[in-house]
Amino acid sequence: MLKILKYSFFDLSRSLWSYVYFLFYLFLGIVLLFLNNDLSNAVITLMNVIIILVPLIGTIFGVMYYYDSREFTELLLAQPIKRRTIFIGQYLGVAISLALSLILGLGIPFAAYGLFESAIIWNFFSLLVSGVFLTFIFTALAFNIALSNENKIKGFGLAILLWLFLAVVYDGIFLLILVYFQDYPLDKFALIASVFNPIDLSRILVLLKLDISALLGYTGAVFKQFFGTSQGLIISFGVLALWVVLPVYRIIRISAKKDF
Amino acid sequence: MVSIKNLHKKFGSLVVLNGLDLEIEQKGIIAILGPNGSGKTTLIKSLLGMVVPAKGDIEIGGEKVRDHWDYRKDIDYLPQIAHFPGNLKVNELIKMIKDLRGKDARDKELIEFFKLEPFLDKKLNNLSGGSKQKVNLVLCFMFDSPLIILDEPTSGLDPVSLLRLRDLIQQEKAKGKTILITSHIMSFVEEVADRIVFLLEGKIYFNGSVSELKSSTGQTDFEHAIANILTKNNA
Repeated sequence: MLKILKYSFFDLSRSLWSYVYFLFYLFLGIVLLFLNNDLSNAVITLMNVIIILVPLIGTIFGVMYYYDSREFTELLLAQPIKRRTIFIGQYLGVAISLALSLILGLGIPFAAYGLFESAIIWNFFSLLVSGVFLTFIFTALAFNIALSNENKIKGFGLAILLWLFLAVVYDGIFLLILVYFQDYPLDKFALIASVFNPIDLSRILVLLKLDISALLGYTGAVFKQFFGTSQGLIISFGVLALWVVLPVYRIIRISAKKDF
Repeated sequence: MVSIKNLHKKFGSLVVLNGLDLEIEQKGIIAILGPNGSGKTTLIKSLLGMVVPAKGDIEIGGEKVRDHWDYRKDIDYLPQIAHFPGNLKVNELIKMIKDLRGKDARDKELIEFFKLEPFLDKKLNNLSGGSKQKVNLVLCFMFDSPLIILDEPTSGLDPVSLLRLRDLIQQEKAKGKTILITSHIMSFVEEVADRIVFLLEGKIYFNGSVSELKSSTGQTDFEHAIANILTKNNA
C-alpha cells in the first residue's frame, strides 16, 4: 500500500495542478489576512470559499486522476499486488496530496500572521478539519463514479452533477421545503437534512465554532443546542467519517469485481 | 502448471468465453490463436486476474486465481498494447516496477539487448510505438518467472528487434519455462510454437502441434491450415 501511495503521490507532485491549487490557497490566505486585518472575518470568508471549492476540486481531481492513471493501474494489476491495495493507495495518494495543499496553502500565511498566539486558532483548526474531511469525502465519491463509468465524459458529467447537487441544489430544495412548510415545526427536519449533506454539515460545524449562530435565528438556536453539545459534535464527526468510510468501502467492492 | 476448467465470461450480451477447458502441463511455447474477438486476450487476462470470470476455475501452480494475487509473482506478463504512465521516464518506470516486485531483475542486460540506452532518460509519451514495445518487453522479461504470458509480442517491432525477440523467447524456453503467446503473425507462430491452442467462439477448437494441425486440416502450409479452420466454420 505504502509503495502505491508513494508513487501516486510522486506522480501528483509532478503535476502542475497540485501547485496551482496550493498557490491559490496561499494567495487567498495572504490576501484575506493582510487586506482584512480581522481574523474572524477572514475565517468566515475562507469558509465560504472552502465549503464550495474543496468539494469541487476533490471531485474533479479524483475523476481526472483515476482516468489519467488507467494505464498505470493496468500495469499494477498484472503485478503481485492486491487490488484493494492499488485502488486505496491511489485514492489516499490523491486525497492526502490535496489535503496537504489545503493545509499548507492556508497554514503558512496564517502562521506567518501570528495565528498561534490568538484565540482564533481553534476556529481556524475546525475550518481545516472540515476542509480535510471534505477532500477525503469528495475524492472517494469521485473514485466511485469513475470506477463505475468507463466513459470519461459521462464520468466527469456525473461527478460535476454530484458536486452541483450537494453544493447548490440540495440547499435550494432544503430552502424550498422550509418556505413551503413554514407553518410546521421544522427544526428536527432541518437538523436531519443538514446532517445528510457533508457540505452543509461542515458549514454548520464551522459556523457554530465561530459563535455566530445567533445570525441563524431560531433554527440556529436548535442547531447550537444539538451541535454545541459534545454528543452532537461526536455525531457530526461520526457522520462525516461515515461519508468517508462508505464510499471507500464501495471502492473496494467495485474494484474487486471490475474487469480491466 | 495451468489448469482452466469450464471458464465462462460475458461482456454485456457478448459471450466471449463459453465453457473453456485447458490444461497446460508441459514446458515450452504454447501459441493461443484465434480470429479477432475469439477471447484470446480475455483468456490471458483471466489468468492474471484482471478479468473476473463469471463461472469456472483457474489454477496456476496449484493455487486458485480468484481473489488471490500472490501467484502473480511467478508470472511475467506482456500486455497487448503498451500503455504506460506518460509523464514517467523509461528508467523511472523500470525502477518503479522493480521496487514494486521487490525481486532481482536483469534490466541492464535487457536494455542492452534491445538497444534502449538512448531512450532511458526520455519520457514514455515521447517514445515511438516500437520503442514502447521494447520497454514493455524489458519490463516483462526482467524477472525470471517460470510462466511467461505474451500478448501480441511482435506488434510494432522492426525486423531486427523481431529477430532479437525470437532469440530471447528461445533462450527462455531453453531455461525450461512455460511461455504462452498470442500472435497474428503466422510465420512467427509456426517457427516458435511447440503447441497450438486454437480458440473459436470462446472454446478450444484445436489443441495440438503444428504438424497435427496440418494433417488434421489436410493442408501442407500452416497459414492455409489456419485459414481452413476459419472458412470451414464460417461457411
